[in-house]
Amino acid sequence: MVFEVFRQERKGQPFQHAGALAAPNAEFAEAWAREQYGRRQESEALWVVPRDEIRAVHDFPDELHKTYHRVDGYSLKAKLKEARQRAESAGALSARADLP
Amino acid sequence: MDARTQEFVEEVQGGGHVETSDWMPEEYRAKLIKFIEMHGNSELMGVLPEREWILRAPTLQRKLALTAKVQDEVGHAQLIYRVVEDLGKPRAQSLQDLVDGKAKFHNVFHYPTKTWGDVGVIAWLVDAAAIISQKALLKCSYAPYARIMKKICWEESFHILHGRDVILTMMNGTDEQRELVQEALTRWWGPLMTFHGTAIPADEDPMVFWRIKSQGNEEARQQFLDGYVPQIWELGLTVPDPKLRKRDDGVWEYSEPDWDELKRVVTGNGPKTAERLDLRRRFLEQEAWVRDVVLADAA
Repeated sequence: MVFEVFRQERKGQPFQHAGALAAPNAEFAEAWAREQYGRRQESEALWVVPRDEIRAVHDFPDELHKTYHRVDGYSLKAKLKEARQRAESAGALSARADLP
Repeated sequence: MDARTQEFVEEVQGGGHVETSDWMPEEYRAKLIKFIEMHGNSELMGVLPEREWILRAPTLQRKLALTAKVQDEVGHAQLIYRVVEDLGKPRAQSLQDLVDGKAKFHNVFHYPTKTWGDVGVIAWLVDAAAIISQKALLKCSYAPYARIMKKICWEESFHILHGRDVILTMMNGTDEQRELVQEALTRWWGPLMTFHGTAIPADEDPMVFWRIKSQGNEEARQQFLDGYVPQIWELGLTVPDPKLRKRDDGVWEYSEPDWDELKRVVTGNGPKTAERLDLRRRFLEQEAWVRDVVLADAA
């Protein structure tokens, strides 16, 4: 059986994929994982997961180019520039309107 | 080359990464298996010259450090064979091909270790040469291999320190100890100079074409010379090559290494090849019952 090992380096950090190992069962997998990824105290914790239990998901089509639910869908630079210019000239106008 | 392969080549040459589950050309897969398997074989065979010294290490501390290093290298072999297995070649087959003499391993592991000085030179300079290649492999187009290289490089970095510590201790010792280091350096210089292979131009190297490797052989050797010759010289050691010098443009000149010897050695005719393969074969057979019991229990 193949097991995938995920390693947390420090408390509070995300678990990251560290590698795979082959073992006849979970008990041996834990022993190998401890040897490969924990014997120098380089890990806070490990997740040892049978590869077959992992559902791998790929391909996320975006046929409608939906940028409105991402930050890159909001390019404000040009609009902000225009709005600032507008406010500036409006301010200038109203400043003139205040003149007696 | 068909369109799909063409697209794949452009992708990897442009810095793209390939995962196990991705489609790949058969030639790429075959090249990967051959290259990575040889790396695994080298890690596994590479512990044998050092293993010979565990019982003869000069102090308990050195014995423990050497034992730990051997464990690290065998661990690297396990990680690497796992990558090969995911590419389609089972570990048992890799091991069988190795003991049958059908697969290669690195030239430096075909030579004897005559004294403790050899152990120091191997851990310092052979590991230094290896880490230069391995660091370049962090950029390998095959991502699962590049990922395990991170852990391997991390462990190799203190193997070099261990080797340098052994050498410095001996150099600060007696004349006899210094002589042992000099003799070992003289013995290992030839194999070290051929370690990175012939100066095949990067654009003619198929491993570079698929971006399995991203560093040319001569580039790696120059990096080795530039990093380590000054460290060797500053200890008062002599490199056994009268032509060795750094040119004004920064390039190192050296005598042409013995490429015939390299070819002879890696094709299974090194001074220790047969003996070390015999040992591997004996252990593989001797421990078959352990695998049988464990796998039967797990079934």
